[in-house]
Amino acid sequence: MILYNRHTLHNGLKILVHEDNSTPMAVVNIMYNVGARDESPEKTGFAHLFEHLMFGGSINIPDYDEPLQRAGGENNAYTTNDITNYYCVLPSQNIETAFWLESDRMLSLAFSKKSLEVQRKVVCEEFKEHYINKPYGDVWHKMRKLAYDVHPYQWMTIGKELSHVENATMKDVKDFFFKFYRPNNAIMVVAGNVNSNHIFQLAEKWFGSIPAGEKYERNLPKEPKQKNAKLLEVKADVPLDALIKTWHIEERLSKGYYTADLITEILGGGASSRLYQSLVKEKQLFSNINCYHFGTIEPGLLTIEGKLIKGVTMQEAENAIEEELVQLKSNKVAETELQKTINRTESMIAFEDVSVASRANSLALYELLGDVELINTEFSKFQEVTVNDIQNYAQKIFETNNSSTIHYYSNN
Amino acid sequence: MANKKINNPSFRKQAPDIIDTAELTLQLQPYNKYQLDNGIDVYAIDGGAQDVLMIEFVFFAGNWYEEKNIVAATTNFLLKNGTKNKNAFAINEHFEFYGAYLNQGSFNETSTVTLHTLSKNLPELLPVMAELFTESIFPEEELEIYKKNNIQQLEIKLRKCDFVANRLIDECIYGIHHPYGKYTSTVDFNALQRDELVLFYNEFYTQGKCMIFVAGKLPSNTIELLNKNFGHLPFNKNKALTKEYNCVRASQKKQFILNDENGVQSAIRIARPFPNRHHPDFSKVMVLNNILGGYFGSRLMSNIREDKGYTYGIYSFIQNHIHETEWIISTEAGRDVCEATIEETYKEMQRLCNEPVSEEELHLVRNYMMGSLLGNVNGTFNIISRWKSYILNNVDENYFYNSINTIKTINAEEIQSLAKKYLQPDDFYEITVV
Repeated sequence: MILYNRHTLHNGLKILVHEDNSTPMAVVNIMYNVGARDESPEKTGFAHLFEHLMFGGSINIPDYDEPLQRAGGENNAYTTNDITNYYCVLPSQNIETAFWLESDRMLSLAFSKKSLEVQRKVVCEEFKEHYINKPYGDVWHKMRKLAYDVHPYQWMTIGKELSHVENATMKDVKDFFFKFYRPNNAIMVVAGNVNSNHIFQLAEKWFGSIPAGEKYERNLPKEPKQKNAKLLEVKADVPLDALIKTWHIEERLSKGYYTADLITEILGGGASSRLYQSLVKEKQLFSNINCYHFGTIEPGLLTIEGKLIKGVTMQEAENAIEEELVQLKSNKVAETELQKTINRTESMIAFEDVSVASRANSLALYELLGDVELINTEFSKFQEVTVNDIQNYAQKIFETNNSSTIHYYSNN
Repeated sequence: MANKKINNPSFRKQAPDIIDTAELTLQLQPYNKYQLDNGIDVYAIDGGAQDVLMIEFVFFAGNWYEEKNIVAATTNFLLKNGTKNKNAFAINEHFEFYGAYLNQGSFNETSTVTLHTLSKNLPELLPVMAELFTESIFPEEELEIYKKNNIQQLEIKLRKCDFVANRLIDECIYGIHHPYGKYTSTVDFNALQRDELVLFYNEFYTQGKCMIFVAGKLPSNTIELLNKNFGHLPFNKNKALTKEYNCVRASQKKQFILNDENGVQSAIRIARPFPNRHHPDFSKVMVLNNILGGYFGSRLMSNIREDKGYTYGIYSFIQNHIHETEWIISTEAGRDVCEATIEETYKEMQRLCNEPVSEEELHLVRNYMMGSLLGNVNGTFNIISRWKSYILNNVDENYFYNSINTIKTINAEEIQSLAKKYLQPDDFYEITVV
């Protein structure tokens, strides 16, 4: 049972405190309700570039990292298609330093020209390191574009292309900041060796005077139901042929989401999963195969991807996957197999909750999803899934017209 | 006080008071030590709110002890792919049914088998673990699948400049025949024989020297369960573990490798040999290393990433080797700014030799290192992992308290003289892979 206290400031900033006195540290986690999905199609990669700029100094404090490190703290941040999250961990006696730093950059950034210039370059190097200079690095650029016709999940958080980041202007930066980085668009979780009342006082002191922004109404284009199977063939300078397939699934918090999550476990969770056992070990068609989804808030993609054993044709590989899906659609899984995936989920949640920083991050995300109590109750949603649900949902999603496929050929 | 500040917006210019983390007194929670009936040592840290635990078996079965390349790593990987009574699927299915994670790792001196599980499932899992240490059979067809898949995966890795650079820099420092410097080729995979694995397994696992580390919320009968399942096994029969290797340094200090004509980035590794942690300079150099490239505010990061934007990240660190080690600077930088990155790296080394570190910077690094240490001696998994490293490196809690003392008391003069001793460009080897 994870306990927390909640409070909302007049400017709309939501605050959650999770006390855990077994650690000498404190975590301050601020989640902004903005991700790559909120970008304009002509200016992609911006939410992530912005994450970098948040460390380039704020209106009253020239440097973010230095004072935090001097207080014995560390920090990091990440951007997804849905949200942007910042966290710092420091000895709890010095927690006010985190409030000072975080509130000043929520009040206003310094908007330094130098910071923008440098971080554009840093992000371009990050782009190259992860997506250009790696074999298969462009797979998800291509798959997102293929699978989504209109929804902004069609681009990655790093951006569609280098030029979008290279061309970002200071005006873009300011507009983005004052639209999204407002207290009423943020959730702050403080966890660790802290006292709730003290934290609420500190929050009032440092964040209370930051003006609220205009409420952000998210109005994203809805992805229409896919009508026909999609296929893209790629030839690239990679050593092996690869096959990547996706199917649309339902949004976070829907029953379908929990069912889809367990389906990925049945097919690809661990070395006793169906795809690994059948296609890597028994039929030896793939040298590795994975099945996963990204846990997105809006309707996401269930993915199966693997590298083919040399000499195996794309057709053979694809047929073998199809056979496994037919199995799942035509026969109910055994109760013990379902139980295994539930047990694995229970264990995964328990291990995630070991770290106080991870508990803080989960609290922020569940609050953003609209029900923070899910941190204690979500496991029951998995337990409610039955073998019938698995079969019905497999029949619903694993349909040719709901699929997108990339045949990624080695041109060696 | 607080209210007065609110009425004056300039309160935001003033940093809140902090306690100097460098002044804190840190304690490393001691372990409990037990011995099983067969003399195996068990080190335990009990605690935590979640009902989870981890058990790690450390065998002295790393590549230090193999006669032929990758026999150690392959034995470690395949030991759960079939026993006398269970095939690979049945073994995996057993652990996964209980939501447990069974992971293996093969390193230089040691190889490990680690179980992470909900505490309640321990009695169901330990008997099968014991089976893995005494009854593995290494089926021929499992070895064939392993070879084929690993050769394919190696082909992909060899396209990555960072992977290639990591191999080559270790080869430069230790030599291709040293356990720290050797690496794997397709030929090595193809040459593996089942018999070699079985021999290695018998000598270094079934009868091998081993120790056990446990941490987490431990049921009261944990040691009893360990003794019941492992206390009668024939471990520690194999005592002859001394084996020495000589390092052979590369004759060429600088190498450029074109791995991918179309590459847009280059992997840069700049490294020098360095003694192990028994050397009196070791913990002092850890402070110098932090200043150079050990944290986000380091000289290299501030200059090469935050000022020039040449890279997404640049770090320096000392490898965690037991016998001897290397001090290494590592980055991936844009192909067009690769030379400038190397030049700036040497400039930063030079600056540490020429100018004493300011009191302000030293204060920052002391506080940062102590804060980070404070976070790291907390939580049973962190604590056991620190103890494991100490025990394997043959140091005790004095090492911890002496390191803290060094962080608190080292001065700018000492740091400069260490820089002059260890940051001489001529002592460094340099690999650039595009």
